[in-house]
Amino acid sequence: MSTASHDTTLGQAHGHDDHAHEHKPYGMMRWIGSTNHKDIGTMYLWFSFSMFLVGGVMALIIRAELFQPGLQIVRPEFFNSMITYHGLIMVFGAIMPAFVGFANWLIPMQIGAPDMAFPRMNNLSFWLLPPAALLLIAAQFVPGGGAGVGWTMYAPLTTQAGPAMDLTIFAVHILGMSSIMGSINIITTLLNMRAPGMGLMKMPLFCWTWLITAYLLVASMPVLAGAVTMTLTDRHFGTNFFNAAGGGDPVLYQHIFWFFGHPEVYIIAIPAFGVVSQVIPAFSRKPLFGYASMVYATASIAILSFLVWAHHMYTVGMPVEAQLYFMYATTLIAIPTGVKVFNWVATMWKGSLTFETPMLFAIGFLFLFTLGGFTGLVLSIVPVDVQLHDTYYVVAHFHYVMVAGALFSAFAGIYFWLPKWTGRMYNETLGKWHFWLSLIFFNVTFFVQHFLGLAGMPRRVPDYALQFAEFNAISSIGAFGFGLAQLLFLYIVVKCITGGEKAEERQWEGADSLEWTHLPSPAPYHSFTTPPVLK
Amino acid sequence: MRNTLAKIFAALSMLLIPVAVFAEYKLNLQTPNTALGQTIFDLHTLVNWLCVVIFVAVFGFMFYAVFAHRKSVGHKAAQFHEHFWIEVAWTIIPCVILVALAVPATRALIELRDTSEPDMTIKATGYQWKWGYDYLKGEGEGISFISSIATPRAQIEGATPEDRAARKANPHYLLETDNHVVVPVGKKVRVLVTAADVIHAWWVPALAVKQDAVPGFIRDTWFKAEQPGIFRGQCAELCGKDHGFMPIVVEVKSAADYTKWVESQQVNIKKPVVADAADKQWTLDELKARGEKVYATNCVACHMPTGAGNPPAFPALSGSKVVSGAKDAALAVVLNGIVKDGKPTAMASFRHLPDADLASVLTYARNNWANKTGDMIAPAEVKAARAAAK
Repeated sequence: MSTASHDTTLGQAHGHDDHAHEHKPYGMMRWIGSTNHKDIGTMYLWFSFSMFLVGGVMALIIRAELFQPGLQIVRPEFFNSMITYHGLIMVFGAIMPAFVGFANWLIPMQIGAPDMAFPRMNNLSFWLLPPAALLLIAAQFVPGGGAGVGWTMYAPLTTQAGPAMDLTIFAVHILGMSSIMGSINIITTLLNMRAPGMGLMKMPLFCWTWLITAYLLVASMPVLAGAVTMTLTDRHFGTNFFNAAGGGDPVLYQHIFWFFGHPEVYIIAIPAFGVVSQVIPAFSRKPLFGYASMVYATASIAILSFLVWAHHMYTVGMPVEAQLYFMYATTLIAIPTGVKVFNWVATMWKGSLTFETPMLFAIGFLFLFTLGGFTGLVLSIVPVDVQLHDTYYVVAHFHYVMVAGALFSAFAGIYFWLPKWTGRMYNETLGKWHFWLSLIFFNVTFFVQHFLGLAGMPRRVPDYALQFAEFNAISSIGAFGFGLAQLLFLYIVVKCITGGEKAEERQWEGADSLEWTHLPSPAPYHSFTTPPVLK
Repeated sequence: MRNTLAKIFAALSMLLIPVAVFAEYKLNLQTPNTALGQTIFDLHTLVNWLCVVIFVAVFGFMFYAVFAHRKSVGHKAAQFHEHFWIEVAWTIIPCVILVALAVPATRALIELRDTSEPDMTIKATGYQWKWGYDYLKGEGEGISFISSIATPRAQIEGATPEDRAARKANPHYLLETDNHVVVPVGKKVRVLVTAADVIHAWWVPALAVKQDAVPGFIRDTWFKAEQPGIFRGQCAELCGKDHGFMPIVVEVKSAADYTKWVESQQVNIKKPVVADAADKQWTLDELKARGEKVYATNCVACHMPTGAGNPPAFPALSGSKVVSGAKDAALAVVLNGIVKDGKPTAMASFRHLPDADLASVLTYARNNWANKTGDMIAPAEVKAARAAAK
């Protein structure tokens, strides 16, 4: 896979033997036509951050409405639209592309490759995202407004929804195509383009987590595409997949959706595990406690994730035998997840720890993700879930996993690799402020939601009974604090890029993957034009 | 770091305060009113404690490392990794804990799903956005009613200070209905749950029941209330615009009081509800006045006070050709609902309303906003249309 071939597509000459002498296209075309893994990674990350802000504004509209009982700011139908698109945009627009951005930046550097295996497909898989995002945003402005169906898009509510539903379905199709192409690229790169001597079991753990995630994506995204396509034909072409009156079954949709949806949870979580598995050893100055067991635990989680989907549907009405199976299978996931947590703690044990911003976010991840895991264990017990299903307890649970889990891990990764990517250091003091503000406001927002759910507040309601007022007010204040803290993050990153201090080649003394040991900071435009020599 | 941790642990420790305090401050599950509810409550307490203990143990290690094994206190990194027996232990021990947990969980689940040999059976049907109840078997057989939210719309909207004050003074804001589901204490009540349009969920926390209501399918659940009293719940599955406004109120009565209630209801059953005031001679203004009230209870949530609706899901009534067109077409819509391409739409059937209500609400809609038909639909016409449809 020669880098020369993609550069010629841009009509650029290429200095073969001197990779430090960078010939990169300039102006708009550098980005629109880019086949460079770093530029594409950068675009993924900025796209993801802008979607994070859009989805965040939607979250703040939700929390503003829920600040007090009664309908104050928005109509119920608009509220439903906000919860729907907040979910879709955060999952498909913010978190998934963020980790694909990491994959693009890091995989070629960590395995000693010049670029991704399919650079043009890489370009396409990124450029499919903006149109999908535009469809999701445009859905707010069609007659009837956004579809207030929830991010899970359960039939037959989707059959009733207005034209916004069709835009949403197309957006999901496009996002799915983008993810599948991205995954094929990642799998091919990891399997074929490792430097000589870089065996699979020598890859950095981040690469391993992405290899497993990419397989999950390839296997599960078509299932989601199928589910929404069936919804589309039910809406417009007279099929009755999900209509009991025509011989269909609304619950069939849920089975198909969650067959995708549960692996999706791990599609988000597993790359986050990968980032944390790079950061914790680096700042402990000690190798990861159990590399092999981490790989096996990740693979076990991935396989189990396809076997537990109906634990999202305990109250839908299934045979008791099926419920027992799904309960047992779900609790099993606690074992490999526990192995991972124990491994991270054992890695820190007797290390030589320092607490720069990436490490703080990684510890925040470890602490709060585990808390989210424990509430997951509570929810896996069917009789208990019957009380908690579709309440704020569930909302709290998955935000511990998605925000304190995946998002904190992404922050850890950004602070960790910014010096390598930009050649400049961020402001450590401000980074620490960002961490502490995020940590505190996150817990103010979401910890109290456990109490709301236990006491009986259903999720996805624009208004609530008076006994829930105090905790909702606290949660809303926390949400606005959390939102504002993310503007500080934007400031830190922009300031780092534009005027941070010069970073060293190996900025973190404990970091030992190839991008730190073999490449200068900033990393050259083409990572490894000749494979590195590995011991 | 210490401060934040103290804060998190303080919050966590709230989970550990004895049960009695929980209920008061709404930090835990509602006080159960069924034996199964108590089992679930205890099961949750067990799992929660288990999690707290493991959490404290694991993060005890981590925070010890954070304080003792830091570079700033001169700790040198050990380079050990992988230890067979430790890795076996931290795989096996969780397995054992999970198996131990599975035993009470399985027992509770099997009890939860055992709907056999009920003393009475009630069917709950979810509609957008109200519940219908039919007493199918046992004492009270034949009783049937619709139960809608009783909180006035004005309190929810809170447009004026008086409305907001009324909301604040309403102890059961959003959790009150016009017709309660009345059941006897100490009897096993089986609830058949279904829906007419989209998926809803029938949930009463204190009775420990939550069952999705799936259109076209019937699921079942059960409860056996231990104490008389009023227990409040809500729809738990997103079902469209007014998902947050379809409460469930179950009133548990002593056997004697329940019998009295059944008798009072059966008097109503014998007197055909649909014939209410059918023989009365109505004037246009009388019908319009009554229709305004019926509209406010049944129609306003979707079609709005202005009749402008909320297109495309909820079409405007003002200026509508159907509303002010032929009488039988308008009647057919309220009697049968609208089915499009073989699929029910948000416009459900309102057949359960008395003739006089349907007649008056149609008359109101045909002579309000931009609609000026000047005619009236008499209850007798509704009766005729109802008979013809059969």
